[in-house]
Amino acid sequence: MKWDEFFVTGEPMIYGAMVSIVLVSIAILVGLTYFKKWGYLWREWLTTVDHKRIGVMYILSALIMLFRGGVDALLMRTQLAVPESGFLDSQHYNEIFTTHGVIMILFMAMPFVIGLMNVVVPLQIGARDVAFPRLNAVSFWLFFAGAMLFNISFVIGGSPDAGWSAYFPLASLEFSPTVGNNFYSLALQISGIGTLMTGVNFIVTILKMRAPGMKLMRMPMFTWSVLITNVIILFAFPVLTVALALMMFDRVFGSQFFTMANGGMDMLWANLFWVWGHPEVYIVILPAFGIFSDIISTFSKKNLYGYKSMVFSMVIISLLSFLVWAHHFYTMGAGAMVNGFFSITTMLIAVPTGVKIFNWLFTLRKGKITFTSPMLYAMAFIPIFTFGGVTGVMLAMASADYQYHNTMFLVAHFHYVLIPGTVFGVLAGLHYWFPKIFGFRLNERRAKTAFWLIVVGFNVAFMPLFFLGLQGMTRRMYTYSADTGFGPLNMIATIGAFVLAIGFVVLCYNFYYSFRHSPRDEHGDPWDARTLEWSIPSPVPVYNFAKVPHVESQDAFWHAKKHNVPLFKEGPYEEIHMPSNSGQPFILGVIMFFAGFFLVFSWFIPALIAGIGVVIMLAVRSFERDHGYHISAKEIAATEQKLRGDSV
Amino acid sequence: MKINDALPLEYRTEENSNKIFGFWLFLGAEIVLFSTLFAVYLVLWNRTGSGPTGKDLFEINGVIWETVLLLTSSFTCGLGIHAMRLGLKKPMMIFFGITLLMGLGFLGIEITEFVNYVHEGATLQTSAFLSSLFVLLGTHGLHVTMGFLWGAGILIQIKRQGFTDETTNKSFIFSLYWHFLDVVWIFIFSFVYLKGLM
Ligand code: HEM
Ligand SMILES: [Cu+2]
Repeated sequence: MKWDEFFVTGEPMIYGAMVSIVLVSIAILVGLTYFKKWGYLWREWLTTVDHKRIGVMYILSALIMLFRGGVDALLMRTQLAVPESGFLDSQHYNEIFTTHGVIMILFMAMPFVIGLMNVVVPLQIGARDVAFPRLNAVSFWLFFAGAMLFNISFVIGGSPDAGWSAYFPLASLEFSPTVGNNFYSLALQISGIGTLMTGVNFIVTILKMRAPGMKLMRMPMFTWSVLITNVIILFAFPVLTVALALMMFDRVFGSQFFTMANGGMDMLWANLFWVWGHPEVYIVILPAFGIFSDIISTFSKKNLYGYKSMVFSMVIISLLSFLVWAHHFYTMGAGAMVNGFFSITTMLIAVPTGVKIFNWLFTLRKGKITFTSPMLYAMAFIPIFTFGGVTGVMLAMASADYQYHNTMFLVAHFHYVLIPGTVFGVLAGLHYWFPKIFGFRLNERRAKTAFWLIVVGFNVAFMPLFFLGLQGMTRRMYTYSADTGFGPLNMIATIGAFVLAIGFVVLCYNFYYSFRHSPRDEHGDPWDARTLEWSIPSPVPVYNFAKVPHVESQDAFWHAKKHNVPLFKEGPYEEIHMPSNSGQPFILGVIMFFAGFFLVFSWFIPALIAGIGVVIMLAVRSFERDHGYHISAKEIAATEQKLRGDSV
Repeated sequence: MKINDALPLEYRTEENSNKIFGFWLFLGAEIVLFSTLFAVYLVLWNRTGSGPTGKDLFEINGVIWETVLLLTSSFTCGLGIHAMRLGLKKPMMIFFGITLLMGLGFLGIEITEFVNYVHEGATLQTSAFLSSLFVLLGTHGLHVTMGFLWGAGILIQIKRQGFTDETTNKSFIFSLYWHFLDVVWIFIFSFVYLKGLM
């Protein structure tokens, strides 16, 4: 292989990216050395098994990926702003909408959600840790390895270009001859394995490690949503594992699963992909529902209306999510019966979703509402998401879908559910739990400025796309001629996208601003909130709960505050057992990264060596005898004293 | 650490029972994984292109031996766990050793079979049917290989450390995994070989 095949060449933008990647990397390395932070980084972060820190690393990576995916989006919108634009060529446009979709869903939305659940869930259920702390670190590093592998495709080898759904035969070696889709299959595979392990870990954590008295029907709604999400992960991700493996076999080893000759079947890919892909959208949206539920009840100072129906509707949604996948390809020649079935199951999902919307509205009714920044996101979510949902029902009608299938109408619809649902959800969660993680609140004024820019920008960016779609502008079209008349609406959409982007910049600036200026939090409960995580100091000490809480009702902390009952038993502290840090998960991530990288380029010998490395790492883990360490009662007493001013 | 003496050693600590529960969940994911592979196989099994069909290829002898070996190994694995519960270290190790050797025998036959197929011109690249056959069998075979390495590691640990709550927990989880591979094989036997030969 020649060097100019290995590195992507011939694009000024990509040279720019290469230079900036090298410069940023050097800057980081020099900075770490200069400030002598290598040891700190290794001891406190890279080897950590603390679920809170792992959560922070997930969120940080997700924010970086939001930036990457956002730049892709802006490039696309810039290209589409005017007719006959020559800003990007068709191949480049293909690559960018592909990486945008993949990154936003798999490397931004999902890790963001997983990050929040890492930080919050053990705290909400009164647990000291997740069930398998080491495995949790492995999950993170596999996700990270996958994300890095996917991102370097931009400068090395070439990005995937067959869309985020990578339909065959388009994604086959024949029609997509660069290594781009090899990156797709391997990067998603590696991070997907990590996600599956997260699924196992959190189901065990939630089912087996709740504080005494916290029955299932007393769990906070966010924890419920995470439990159900992880059950979906457990059943959906193995399908992706298989689909990606078959894709890799077809592309790297020449097998015939999805080919056009020798018995291969391209529709098999579409089915496998969406059997995973549809539940995947619920994996990123259900936790957001949980976040909104907690936030709405906190800031209305009321119990959540219809708790049981909330849980029940999430269970129904999770079951239905596995029965609707074919609505993604009504037009690909399935019969009327099949389309009819999937049309009905799809529309059925609107029922439990509607139940949830009414529950939120009834929670707000007569509540003492405070409009904090998390609450603003929740309030904006309700109408916008409802609108997105209604357009979804329009798409669900198989016969009507022949009209707007694969047009901008669809693009508008899914952004209208994904952005208010997932993105507003995680941003609301981030603003809400930020003081718990870092010990100070984000500045409200700046948060609200960012919020308004984001909400207004979002609607200006995506509302026009509905009309463009109905006028016949197709999806994934890299340019159009002036006499289509698509120009003006596209221009408006592009302006909206830039307003939205400015909103994100303000949001990020707020981290820095608040770090400098916000007063530090003293009592750990800045919102006068309801659930257990607010009963301990912020930032939370490593061991979470000095004493295990005793739960007597839903919203246990609120109950304790209102009825003046103690949440924690009197008496002295006891020593706490903790898992020790380990470099193995990080090393495993590095090896997996290289294994994937070598396979992408079909360098089989190095790939095999890396594979053996993985087996060795597993053996090392099995033979290791590390029983963690104990924090003494005295030390706990001292820490608690410092954080809360407690006696004992 | 909470310890409940009424339970067998491998369940006693809270950590151990969580691990067993977690492994059951993992097996749930494995069931989905293999179901998907079976679904792919059943969609593609008669799409043989210009390549050979299952009838041309399969030979019942080897398959019967594979089945006997794997089923018996599952049985000896169960005996091993039984011996472990009784605290008998040596018999346990012998039963586990036999289990692993039979696993190795199974792999030997499977690999010979693959080599024969390839000699008859039936490769991964020949047709969709063969691609799905090799991937389904290969995934199972890879699981057996990993199981062999894993079991061997556990045997060494038992030899060195005896029955602790760690080693017994690992052995028990390993036995769940091994039985699971047996169950998958029964499906392969029925839906791949018997169906193909009929
Ligand atoms: C930040 C503002 C965003 C803008 C301006 C934006 C813009 C776009 C545009 C212009 C396209 C391509 C339309 C086409 O030519 O087919 C697109 C596709 C897509 N977007 Fe976004 N997007 C944004 C955020 C998001 C988010 C947050 C997600 C997911 C959580 C997302 C998921 C997707 C997906 C899955 C596709 C389809 C990619 C494909 O066709 O393969 N986007 N977006
Ligand atoms: Cu769908």
